[in-house]
Amino acid sequence: MSLEWYLALSALLFTVGVIGVLIRRNAIIIFMCIELMLNAANLAFVAISRELGDPSGQVFVFFVMTVAAAEVAIGLAIIVSVFKHRETVNVDEVDSLKG
Amino acid sequence: MEFAGIKSLIFYAFALLTVASAVLVVTVRNIVHAAFSLMITLFGVAGLYVFLQADFLAATQVIVYVGGILVLILFGVMMTSGRLQMRIQIERGQLILGGLVALLILLLLFGVISNTPHWEGIKDDGSTLEPTTRTIGEMIMQGEFLLPFEVVSILLLVALIGAALISRKEVRDEE
Amino acid sequence: MLIDYLPILLLLVFAIGFAAINLALSHLLGPKKPTPSKLSVYESGVQPVGNARQRFTIRFDLIAMLFIIFDIEVVFLYPWAIVFKKFSESSGYFILIEMLVFIGILFLGYIYAWKKGGLTWD
Repeated sequence: MSLEWYLALSALLFTVGVIGVLIRRNAIIIFMCIELMLNAANLAFVAISRELGDPSGQVFVFFVMTVAAAEVAIGLAIIVSVFKHRETVNVDEVDSLKG
Repeated sequence: MEFAGIKSLIFYAFALLTVASAVLVVTVRNIVHAAFSLMITLFGVAGLYVFLQADFLAATQVIVYVGGILVLILFGVMMTSGRLQMRIQIERGQLILGGLVALLILLLLFGVISNTPHWEGIKDDGSTLEPTTRTIGEMIMQGEFLLPFEVVSILLLVALIGAALISRKEVRDEE
Repeated sequence: MLIDYLPILLLLVFAIGFAAINLALSHLLGPKKPTPSKLSVYESGVQPVGNARQRFTIRFDLIAMLFIIFDIEVVFLYPWAIVFKKFSESSGYFILIEMLVFIGILFLGYIYAWKKGGLTWD
């Protein structure tokens, strides 16, 4: 289980998240896929932190988790608010700002 | 060694579990099933953190992601679904174009990984390693991460006020 | 250190295995003679009214958000508590003040949500 395994796993998880964001139109599913991408980046952080023997990477991941929690709190408030007004969570139908 | 073989087997099991459930998050039609697949993915990542000797992060992953973020996402699902049908069709053009872009990103990432200088590999014995909670505590409380730690509280304050403002406004509009 | 996690793994394996085996066995071995009263949700209880898949009221949202913010705060308390003794011996009250500032700033948000009526259930 060398570093390459963890990095490859992280790359795969990230790509799955990218696919989800690109092809799914449900805002909450897109949200979950963003969490997947954050987790992939965290995994790479921890793997390289372990490889270099430097715990800073783990502290970074800790802060990333904090920011993810704040992001989810605000993001879901916005999604629920949009749903209240438009009765939809399909991101293609929420296009009032489109020129 | 016998133990090392079993350990790598468990590692592969966790890796497979993580990626497979992540694929399910993206492909499954029912949004509640997607949320529960995400839970398995998050648990799998926590298991991988244990393999990387990041015990504090593994526990934090379970507390924050599974216990907090996932619950909030499920709340979001329950507040926005209901009678309305949540199963939205995937358009074919989007699927092809998105897949192409994702493939390019995957190739790019693998190219970067194969070009990284080769370190000697993660040492697997790990028996001498300390639990990481103390190290993380020292780095945050007296090290270079003290300022980020205090800034995080402001970030959380802003998130809290923003969330309160957005959801309360809705309730007032309703009445 | 990794061997210390073996009990957790075993617990997971046994918990999932126990549930899966029981479900599979009762599915395979149990006799199936369904009657309308057996198929009702609460066999000898009150008849359910309406659909369970109803939309939640939005009031739960703010409670969940408050929970996740203070969840993070509790996680930050943990490494702080581990190093508290050592640092309070070397640098006095400084570490206590660090955490008081952190909690104080978050408490402002708590007061805001409270004043905004986020905690009332009207």
